[in-house]
Amino acid sequence: MDPVAAKFLGAGLACLGMGLAAMGVGNIFGNFVAGALRNPSAAAGQFTNAIVGAALAEGLGIFALVVALVLLFVV
Amino acid sequence: MADPIKQFELVHLVPLKIGGADFGFTNSALHMFIAVGVTAAFLLLTTTGRNLVPGRLQSMAELSYEFIAGTVRQAAGTEGMKFFPLVFSIFMFVLFGNLIGMIPGAFTVTSHIIVTAALALLVITTVIIYGIMKHGTHWFALFAPAGLPKAILPVIVVIEVISFLSRPISLSLRLFGNMTAGHIALKVFAGFAVAMVGAGAVGIAGATLPIFMITALTAFEFLVAVLQAYVFTILTCIYLNDALHPGHH
Repeated sequence: MDPVAAKFLGAGLACLGMGLAAMGVGNIFGNFVAGALRNPSAAAGQFTNAIVGAALAEGLGIFALVVALVLLFVV
Repeated sequence: MADPIKQFELVHLVPLKIGGADFGFTNSALHMFIAVGVTAAFLLLTTTGRNLVPGRLQSMAELSYEFIAGTVRQAAGTEGMKFFPLVFSIFMFVLFGNLIGMIPGAFTVTSHIIVTAALALLVITTVIIYGIMKHGTHWFALFAPAGLPKAILPVIVVIEVISFLSRPISLSLRLFGNMTAGHIALKVFAGFAVAMVGAGAVGIAGATLPIFMITALTAFEFLVAVLQAYVFTILTCIYLNDALHPGHH
């Protein structure tokens, strides 16, 4: 295979990980909103936990993005 | 189309080389000075009045103080307040670094991994040094949670050590990745608009679509700029909590 083509294919494949991280972030905020609608008075106290969970899940998607950026612009 | 990563290029404003090492004053350094200067000016000028009933500007400064103080108390307890100057400085620097980067033509300081990695290493070094100073060898109990069966202890210790060492990596990559990705996305859509305008009369009508997208993305990037500064701060507090209370996690 042409090395340049392989590079772009690899970058595209690396971005699949971002979609999976998006599922994780959506899961966290979806469950947060579901819980907040059931018990709105407890929601404010758990918002920080929701943000931290989303940040940790999002971080893994960012790793996938960094792999894609390294493949595109560095390698 | 223009290269979307050209915006991250370092430009030497004042070249200076000492013994082969590069000490030149770059646009990155200039924007760091601006971020620190804006922060200092904002906090000093708004609080000089010291009114008992704060005006709008003074309450902005007081709100930012109370917000970070509340975050530190919640995540690291009252003892964590001795780290408040560090946490507040990191928050304000990252926040203004991100926000100044949103000005068209300005350089985003936090879009370079060396800057975010330096901040993350500062945090993690503080955690390790303060943890060992305060708790001595007991601090290493952080890597061996209490009440574990002996059989799985070696596996858990290895996992905990790897998890601890990956913290500065994930902390720095998260901020760097968010800022870089957002600014690349903005420039890619801006490139679409420029290419459409170049295509003639039909293109100018079509260029409104990417311009709507740029407007929406810019608003989203302001949200990300503030949110990532907050995320960096709250994670710093959580890691500092490990230095203060190694057994309670």
